[in-house]
Amino acid sequence: MTVEAPVRDVAPGAAGPAPRRPRRRYSLLNRRDKVVLAAMVAIPTLIQLVLVWIPTVLSVLLSFVRWNGLAFSDIRPAGTANYEFIFSTYPPFWPALQHNLLWLVFLAVIATPIGLLLAILLDQNIRGSRIYQSIFFTPVMLSLVLIGIIWQLFYSQNNGLLNFLLGTSGTPRAVDWFGDPHVNIWAALIAATWRHAGYVMILYLAGLKGVDPSLREAASLDGANAVQIFFRVVFPVMRPINIVIVVITIIESLRAFDIVYIINRGTNGLELISALVIQNLVGEGQVIGIGSALAVVLLVISLVPIVLYLSRTFKKEE
Amino acid sequence: MSNENLSSFSRATGVAMSRRALVSGAVGLGALAALAACTGTGSTGGGATASKTLTFGSGSSDDVPKRAYAAMVSAFNKKSGDKVTTNTVSHNDFQNNINTYLQGSPDDSFTWFAGYRMRYYAGKDLVAPVDDVWKKIGGDFSAGLAQASTGDDGKKYFVPNYNYPWGFFYRKSVWQAKGYTVPAKFDDLIALAKRMKADGLTPIAFADKDGWPAMGTFDYINMRTNGYQFHMDLTAHKESWDQKKVKDVFDNWKQLLPYQSPDALGLTWQEGAQTLGAGTAGMYLLGSFVTQQFTDPAVLADIDFFPFPEIAMEGTDSVEAPIDGLMLSKKGGDNQAAHDFLAFMGSAAGQEAYFSVDKSNLMTVKTADTSSYSEFNKKLAGVISGAKHISQFFDRDALPAMANNVMIPALQGFLKDGTIDTANLEAQAKALYAAQ
Repeated sequence: MTVEAPVRDVAPGAAGPAPRRPRRRYSLLNRRDKVVLAAMVAIPTLIQLVLVWIPTVLSVLLSFVRWNGLAFSDIRPAGTANYEFIFSTYPPFWPALQHNLLWLVFLAVIATPIGLLLAILLDQNIRGSRIYQSIFFTPVMLSLVLIGIIWQLFYSQNNGLLNFLLGTSGTPRAVDWFGDPHVNIWAALIAATWRHAGYVMILYLAGLKGVDPSLREAASLDGANAVQIFFRVVFPVMRPINIVIVVITIIESLRAFDIVYIINRGTNGLELISALVIQNLVGEGQVIGIGSALAVVLLVISLVPIVLYLSRTFKKEE
Repeated sequence: MSNENLSSFSRATGVAMSRRALVSGAVGLGALAALAACTGTGSTGGGATASKTLTFGSGSSDDVPKRAYAAMVSAFNKKSGDKVTTNTVSHNDFQNNINTYLQGSPDDSFTWFAGYRMRYYAGKDLVAPVDDVWKKIGGDFSAGLAQASTGDDGKKYFVPNYNYPWGFFYRKSVWQAKGYTVPAKFDDLIALAKRMKADGLTPIAFADKDGWPAMGTFDYINMRTNGYQFHMDLTAHKESWDQKKVKDVFDNWKQLLPYQSPDALGLTWQEGAQTLGAGTAGMYLLGSFVTQQFTDPAVLADIDFFPFPEIAMEGTDSVEAPIDGLMLSKKGGDNQAAHDFLAFMGSAAGQEAYFSVDKSNLMTVKTADTSSYSEFNKKLAGVISGAKHISQFFDRDALPAMANNVMIPALQGFLKDGTIDTANLEAQAKALYAAQ
């Protein structure tokens, strides 16, 4: 279905010039059209192939070898050894998987609803709505380094704002927000919420603006209260946005990376699969086989929920 | 400067770009594969044999070391007339891309570190031996430095520039007030720590948020417990991790755990240094770069140093003193001017030129003029020159993947609850070293 859609879009446009050239009646497309069409299909396909599919296939292949990243002659087959290593020997892997799941649940249950709530509030045409929008959206635009500095200012054990407000700064009771492995994942999740909510808010704001006001009027004439209007009418109408939000939430929680990386590079209670992939693939700690195997695991995990959800959604629409 | 000294932010920004490549999880690898595919073909920078010019790739991108190398280069130019073209790359990128760099079209000479990271590339035949240089400069270096510049095949591949020792740093005034004395044996250290704790101090400042500082403590306890050779064999994975000797190291360390900063996992080394500077911590085991944190001259003058106390083996003969210096690429091996350049780096004149700008490290040539050393520098230098063995640092002596991916989480786990799974360490080491 997804493949058909663009073809349908192209066909009327391409057929357009045909009547103007009656001599070519045997084909709706002239030579130039065919070349243009071929180019339009080939170029995106090529880009997709080079940037997505070839690396993915290479990654899968490399996950079955041992390689030091130097000469190609150093590549040696490893069978499934890299996967066995990850699943049975590599201590951070299972905690990382759990943290990714926790991340997903937290974003889905807390961060996304907060974003929705913000969007609804800001949609009420309150004064200064634009300013609030900008403020809540700012975290999405900030660079990694700035985010690190901002949260360091909040969470630092001895100099941080949070412990200062709690009155424990400088005392032994000061909470070790980044260092205590039972606490730091929650600290990171709050930082992640701070970003994710802003992202969700902007998307829902756009969605809410797109809802036909006559629907609300009709519902209120029928005697529905505000809560009913939202959940029975507005929310279902925003279905396309909801799909985007679900997919984004899943993707964000699987590729969550920057915040834990800036805190302690994804160790000591903050393990995430993406951080492990980076650690094993980039830089001096490079172990290509193991890093690729981790990347493949992450890829498979990401594909499952997204393929399931998208296929279900589009089937219903059909 | 060295790997350990990078701030967490520069580390983070270095990888920020790679994050984008992560989008599908697998794309990052594609980029790597593509990079690797590009190598081995390049090597366009010819003219290597026509002496009198050479290129110099420097990873010393911070202001002070960069100017220091520039001073050294101009001194070399003045002496020999050879023209040096310096290419400076940010130290993070330089280190992370070294594989591609050496296989592509590297400069004739480049900045690097002694240790496994040097021997590894020597073994892969990506760098050129400099035995001819060592014939000239060898007499000026201690046995430990010569040993640290030697590859596995017995040839020399490295010329040291500077180094800096690791050890315990403390404030003289705090110790005088309480009547503490420098501990000679491990038991004395524990007794001292106990006393400090009773006096309300944090006996041993400890900061391991970034993961690497704990390796210094591991290295010292290991070398003092099992000797220098065991440290080298363990880091080269010629010895198993799953054996009593390794367990002994952690058992010894366990005696110190109650006296280390309790929140070590949330502290950066800079924060650890602050507790020492403020006098709330009794001592701090770190590299001498810790003194960079003491901007108050009165505090700086109050800092003193003692080597890690004796435990079971070799007294205090081994010192952990990471060495930075220069190497020749394969291409640079054919360029006589590049050999001369390295010889100059290994001479008193070369090192003095460097030191005239960057005074935070110690010169490695015996004959260098040390009249501008402070008393404290002299003491540090004495510790190094008196050493029979010089170890680098765990992340320089071992496979980087072993250090970064295995030891950091393992040591952090040990700091948390005092347990360590040596069988698992061995299993991980086996898999990682097998991939090399």
